[in-house]
Amino acid sequence: MADMKIGAYICQGCGIGDRVDTAQLASVAKREGKAAVAKEHEFLCNAEGVKMIQDDIANEGVNHVVIAACSRRAKTEAFSFDGVCISRANLREGVIWVRPDTDEARETTQEMADDYVRMACAETKYQKMPEASGEQGLTRHLLIVGGGISGMTAALEAAKTGYKVDLVEKTGQLGGVAGEMYKKYPAKAPYNVLADNTTGEMIAAIEGNGNITVHLNTSVTKTEGAPGRFTVSLATESGATKDVTVGAIIQATGFTAYDLNKLPELGGGKSPDVMDQLAFEKMVKANGGAIKKADGSDAKNVVFVQCAGQRSEQPGHLPYCSGHCCMTSIKQARYVKEAGGDATVIFDDLRTPGADGEDVYRGGQEAGVAFSKGKVNSVEAAGKGLKVNYNDKILAEDTNIDADIVVLATGMVPNSGPNPYVKLDLEMAEKDGNEELAAKLKAEVEKAPPSILNLMYRQGTDVPHLKHGFTDSHFICFPYETRRTGIYTAGPVRRPMDAHQAIEDATGATLKAIQACENAAIGRAAHPRSGDLSFPSFRKEGCTQCKRCTVECPFGAINEDEKGYPQYNEARCRRCGTCMGACPVRVISFENYSVETVGQQLKAVDMPDEFSEKPRLLVLACENDAYPALDMAGMTRQEYSAYARIIPVRCLGSVNTIWITDALNSGYDGVMLMGCQKGDNYQCHFVKGSEIAHIRMSKIDDTLTQLNLEKERVQTYEVSIADIQRIPQIINDMEKLIGEIGMSPFKF
Amino acid sequence: MSDMNQAMVEKYRSSFLKEVEANVEEGHWVKMCMQCGVCSGSCPLGPHWEHPPQEIFMMIRAGKREDVLSSSSMWMCTSCYNCIARCPRGLPITHIMHGLANYSKRLGLQPKNQPTAKFSQLFWNNLTKTGRVNELKLGLSLYFMNGIGPGIKTALKMQDVGLGMLKTGRLNPLEILGGHSIKDKSGLQKMLKKAFEIEEAKIAEYKG
Repeated sequence: MADMKIGAYICQGCGIGDRVDTAQLASVAKREGKAAVAKEHEFLCNAEGVKMIQDDIANEGVNHVVIAACSRRAKTEAFSFDGVCISRANLREGVIWVRPDTDEARETTQEMADDYVRMACAETKYQKMPEASGEQGLTRHLLIVGGGISGMTAALEAAKTGYKVDLVEKTGQLGGVAGEMYKKYPAKAPYNVLADNTTGEMIAAIEGNGNITVHLNTSVTKTEGAPGRFTVSLATESGATKDVTVGAIIQATGFTAYDLNKLPELGGGKSPDVMDQLAFEKMVKANGGAIKKADGSDAKNVVFVQCAGQRSEQPGHLPYCSGHCCMTSIKQARYVKEAGGDATVIFDDLRTPGADGEDVYRGGQEAGVAFSKGKVNSVEAAGKGLKVNYNDKILAEDTNIDADIVVLATGMVPNSGPNPYVKLDLEMAEKDGNEELAAKLKAEVEKAPPSILNLMYRQGTDVPHLKHGFTDSHFICFPYETRRTGIYTAGPVRRPMDAHQAIEDATGATLKAIQACENAAIGRAAHPRSGDLSFPSFRKEGCTQCKRCTVECPFGAINEDEKGYPQYNEARCRRCGTCMGACPVRVISFENYSVETVGQQLKAVDMPDEFSEKPRLLVLACENDAYPALDMAGMTRQEYSAYARIIPVRCLGSVNTIWITDALNSGYDGVMLMGCQKGDNYQCHFVKGSEIAHIRMSKIDDTLTQLNLEKERVQTYEVSIADIQRIPQIINDMEKLIGEIGMSPFKF
Repeated sequence: MSDMNQAMVEKYRSSFLKEVEANVEEGHWVKMCMQCGVCSGSCPLGPHWEHPPQEIFMMIRAGKREDVLSSSSMWMCTSCYNCIARCPRGLPITHIMHGLANYSKRLGLQPKNQPTAKFSQLFWNNLTKTGRVNELKLGLSLYFMNGIGPGIKTALKMQDVGLGMLKTGRLNPLEILGGHSIKDKSGLQKMLKKAFEIEEAKIAEYKG
């Protein structure tokens, strides 16, 4: 890029001009921020204001633009200029809206605004325009692993858009569990009737589709590359192999029914007439609707036992609800009614989710299915049939019912590959000599299922799990994203669900997979920084091959080359900067976000001396939740300390401890880090960023002790986007705390 | 309960629900109850019921014929209609309760000395005699429902009210002689007799 020319533009609108001296801000931008151009405007985001900036870019050669107006989250369309770096000073939500309009407050408000202008100028000085990595590739081709209802839906949806699809199925036929159904629920109202199984039509549509290649009896033996350029090796049972190049991957490997034999108290494995829902479905289908016992005689009474081995805290049982089983039992009970028999469903909580759920339940009741709230204690043989002993929870009594067939509603166990982190943790535990943990992890690794994707990734062969073997995804914001960019999971491998939900899920995952291909072609990031063109790079001569970045990357994006240097794989990167925060020698940076862009901002703040009674609090706020919450605090006029200086960060994971050290060395009295909720119920948009930051900060005490500073001066918080009142409160509490423990002695 | 009745109970043990559906007014709704308990929670007399409506429905489905039909529960219903207004499934619970009470009375299974049952019988007898309600006679028969002694006591206690009503023309003392009636008294009685025969024939097989 040619010589840097900074243009600073200061807005006077929305009351900014009334509350702060904008001429002084322009002068700060010029003198201290080294802006070549500094202009005030009474209404910067209107056409005239925007044109003023555009003219300066076109005619004056301004290539770094500082907008001192509203939050960087506001007016993004007006203030978007191609080919220049943009930095925003948040004078509206960050200054005038969070400060009282009083004469006493005027001085500190002006100081706040001055500092934000200084910071924005400092930031842009160290920004560069993102440039293409040269890794981009466009492959309009998807690999779908799993030929059940989810996989088939994904294949058809992708083919409709013109994408090519390779559909890989482990068994000899498409259809999966959905293909085994006797009847299904209709996809649209009225829902209280049963419809024919249409899986056969779906299979025919796939077989007749020129965009879809089906590979039966096939598994994936190797997956290499990144979104836009995955190379996948397929192998059939007979040993034939084939390599395909795809842009993105959808894993729709479905579920296996929980093993009935683990429930002997409910008769599982003891009588052929005690079966799971899938076995019952197959039996009815094979008999064309007749309900027959194992000995071939007609079954008159069928009892359905809900929550068999699930929603249970017993060891070995599934603790979760599989979501579909109540609906499935109601459907199967209707088969019994249609065949002229009696059906009883014994439930604890009958759960029929979805728009159709209530109609389905009602349809079952109208058909005469008996429903009984109770807990089944045992199923035993009685004469030629079975006896179900249960506790009736409405009548509060132990009772029993005779049955010819007992159907156990066992849960869904996801067909996911091994959780890669168990193996990595094992390696770590072995290295650390933690034998107890190593033994435990080793047992887990040994009973892990075989790999499904065989990824050649630094962080293991498969997509990571969250809980109970279900693959991880950001449940609230980005449900389809896994922790491996360009690889999407759909259907019951992601969470328990029924066929209708799986169809929806697969459609969503296909959309995301297509986006991933198209994004990879132009170097854009996927969620949550969608559209971001920057990507991390490192200064090789400074790298010590410590591998922290390759280990800590929440998305397993970074591989290592033979010499142990990181390979970033741009298209796999989500641009959170966790690698940048991890790097002890600070050689990792993005073009427009680096140790310098933040470090220089915090150093640009004017530091009043120790006796001024004006402390300075540095707030590093996650741009996903904490920063929007701070903006909303402004919008709702929640006041907070005039001594806080807030810098948004991509993720708390990108916070390098050098910033904390620098801040304390330059005289800040307190440092506050605000990130998202971590742990199993995480809200962190980069899954692990907040957690990693909390771990790093737990070790910052040493630094503070070395500097002879109080530990309370550095605090890390988990905040949510709804904490509009809480965040100003914790900032104010920090100011109070500083008042108690005194100002930092490091001011110059 | 007679042995024969016991046999009937056995016969219908698994299908008491079907019996209710066939013979009880609005009985076909019972299967639609989803056991949420809103009716029981809404009933102003709920705590005094032997079995709240939700439980009655479950008992019907569980085949507890004798327990349901001899229960005092449905006789406790005051027809406030709170349950109907609140039932998320739209069950006409009040009507089902009256239907159950009526059916148990038909079968002679209602609890002995249940005051609501007694009063209902008095009201019916009073009404069907002339086709009009004779308020004087109804009031007096209510006073003497529990015998002569309590009857005189109640009458004396209520005499001021009675005289007040007399003065304001709200009570005709001549009604004691028979009272007013509809035009075709015998026609009505024939009609009711026929209806009773039909109903009896219908439930004959369920009777003990």
